[in-house]
Amino acid sequence: MSSNAEKGFPISHVVGFLISLILTFAAAWIALKTTLSIKVIMWIIGSLAVFQAGLQLVMFMHMTEGEDGKVNIINITYGAFMAAVIVLGSIWVLTSGHAAH
Amino acid sequence: MNIKWDEFFVTGDPLILGAQISIVLTMVGIIALLTYLKRWTWLWREWLTTVDHKRIGIMYILSGVVMFFRGGIDGLMMKAQTAVPENEFLNAQHYNEVFTTHGVIMILFMAMPLLIGIMNVIIPLQIGARDVAFPQLNALSFWLFFSGAMLFNISFVIGGSPDAGWTSYFPMAGKEFSPSIGNNYYAIAIQIAGIGTLISGINFIVTILKMRTKGMTLMKMPMFSWTTLITSIIIVAAFPIFTVALALMTFDRLFGAHFFTVSGGGMDMLWANLFWLWGHPEVYIVVLPAFGIFSEIVSTFSRKRLFGYTSMVIAVAGIAFLSMLVWVHHFYTMGSGPAVNSVFSLTTMLIAVPTGIKMFNWLFTMRKGRINFSTPMLWTLAFIPCFLIGGTTGVMLAMAAADFQYHNTLFLVAHFHYTLIPGVVFAVFAALYYWWPKMFGHKLNEKIGKWHFWLFVIGFNFTFFPMFFLGLDGAVRRSFTYSAESGYGPLFLLSAIGSAVLAIGFAMFVYNIYWSIRHADRNISSDPWDARTLEWATASPVQDYNFAKLPEVKTLDAFWHMKKDNEGLTIEDKEIKDIHMPNNSGIPFFMGVVFTVAGFFLVFEWYIPAAIASLGIFAGLIIRSFDYNDGHHIHAEDVRKVERKWRNRKGEVHKHVG
Repeated sequence: MSSNAEKGFPISHVVGFLISLILTFAAAWIALKTTLSIKVIMWIIGSLAVFQAGLQLVMFMHMTEGEDGKVNIINITYGAFMAAVIVLGSIWVLTSGHAAH
Repeated sequence: MNIKWDEFFVTGDPLILGAQISIVLTMVGIIALLTYLKRWTWLWREWLTTVDHKRIGIMYILSGVVMFFRGGIDGLMMKAQTAVPENEFLNAQHYNEVFTTHGVIMILFMAMPLLIGIMNVIIPLQIGARDVAFPQLNALSFWLFFSGAMLFNISFVIGGSPDAGWTSYFPMAGKEFSPSIGNNYYAIAIQIAGIGTLISGINFIVTILKMRTKGMTLMKMPMFSWTTLITSIIIVAAFPIFTVALALMTFDRLFGAHFFTVSGGGMDMLWANLFWLWGHPEVYIVVLPAFGIFSEIVSTFSRKRLFGYTSMVIAVAGIAFLSMLVWVHHFYTMGSGPAVNSVFSLTTMLIAVPTGIKMFNWLFTMRKGRINFSTPMLWTLAFIPCFLIGGTTGVMLAMAAADFQYHNTLFLVAHFHYTLIPGVVFAVFAALYYWWPKMFGHKLNEKIGKWHFWLFVIGFNFTFFPMFFLGLDGAVRRSFTYSAESGYGPLFLLSAIGSAVLAIGFAMFVYNIYWSIRHADRNISSDPWDARTLEWATASPVQDYNFAKLPEVKTLDAFWHMKKDNEGLTIEDKEIKDIHMPNNSGIPFFMGVVFTVAGFFLVFEWYIPAAIASLGIFAGLIIRSFDYNDGHHIHAEDVRKVERKWRNRKGEVHKHVG
């Protein structure tokens, strides 16, 4: 795991850092400099945040590396799936139809 | 603290008075018997403090059978009450309590412990391990389950039972409509048992992933180990949801919060939503291990390898995935609108696909096999058509539009009994007949077993098949009586007679245990069924350390190939080394006791005693943290003695037997 990072130029870290910067500034620019509605802005910067979190897990947190790499990916996917089912599922079910009115 | 001592014991009903007297007499009897036989130290040393997965499993199974009796009596009382129109055997309140405890006990305190007990006994053996990954935690799981079960069971003599259904829907289950402490038992007892189950789930995931013997890759694992792994994953996924829901319920009922009260800004249907987010996976938690059990048995008794092993694994994983996505089909009538209901209709119907794959695989396993019609196989054969009826009616219920007709009728009740009884109870009976020699060194009697089988299966069909028609005619569930003009009388009577036959079947099972303990032949080999998996590669009953030398696996059905190729069946003296085993511990039992006491005070809303008792829980945690005791060694010489004793018996498995 360490051997890869110490040899030569840490290209993946630099790329990850640059993409992170771009995503952060994009979010700031969309929030401060555009005239989109609040709802659209929230959706866009929320998506960018999730995307950047995933990027950082892979690029800087070494999620996919080492002997537990596969296990980490399975665990994170499983966690994300459960969270989506429970939170989004509940919101969807309880706010649809005449159940909510 | 507002203690109402006059309401402490439930009074005024001759049935309950009888139960109170019989409970006191039973307890006095047990204490007297233990003292007379001088078995107190034996009980403490061999059972209460044990961390051996086989003994813990047997305690689970014993509790499960006792709870089956309790839940069964509830069922019979309901059947007696509805046998004739306008019966006055039970009043409405008593009937409500009976159907509530019947549901909770049968699912959580009968099905769960019986299956977890069987997993405990079999899984480490089947994967060639010496124990589960965390033996002491395993004991804690058992004692927390037992604590929850006992707390729930005393409710009908002390304080009153929960009466809002096993689903305990709000607002009915809230303080406003159910002011008595009965429903506090629901929130607290199930919470305690649920912690135990969650710990079990984690324990089995780690055990199966990390402790398989050399050569046993995941795809060479027996099917029961596979279904246990997947079941454990669903437990870990689903039980925390229930833990949270029950905690919210506790806050609502005990501390006046309003998570589920509409007038207080809460949402009553949020309870139903959270309950079924756990509740639907829960039915797969109980049915998947059963699928594994049937797979083992169908393969052993057809003398063929399981047909479509890989597709079985994929089907189980598929069922597990879909099980998280169908919960709304329990409350279509809430009215979430066409989009929600259609999606959940589709996901529900999709479950029939992997289940169908499994059905066909079992049938194809039997095809051209030399089928041996022993009792375990009979249960498996009966399971297939009975479960098929349950599954087909399930697809009918899955259609949201049609469900508006079936909802809350006896049609639904018949459906889920047709899935849970063949899917869980038949499986548990099959498993007990199949693995009984592994646990106790003797078989259960085949002849009494066949009486048990036929009475139970016929009784089951007569009890629940009429309910489909009652439901289609509009008879609602959870109604304590009906009028003579409704015309329901004859079918209800038929159903009640069926339940009596069912009960006689269960009595035959208990009699079979008694008969076999006293009279069954002890001189059977360690492999009486000519089986295929590793649990049969060691002595019966199994010695403490399971395997003197851990077996090595090359193929699926490892033991079968060991017998066929005459490999690894014998052991040389020099191969036997010292074996490291965990020590017994009193902490799990202690934790069970303090959880029960603290839970009991909490049920009665006596907060100061509850707080004091829960200090015991923290004490247990702290003592465990500073417990540096890391087990003992069984010396090679002692292992040799044990091994020689069982291996040199006549008729033991030394080479290929089939």
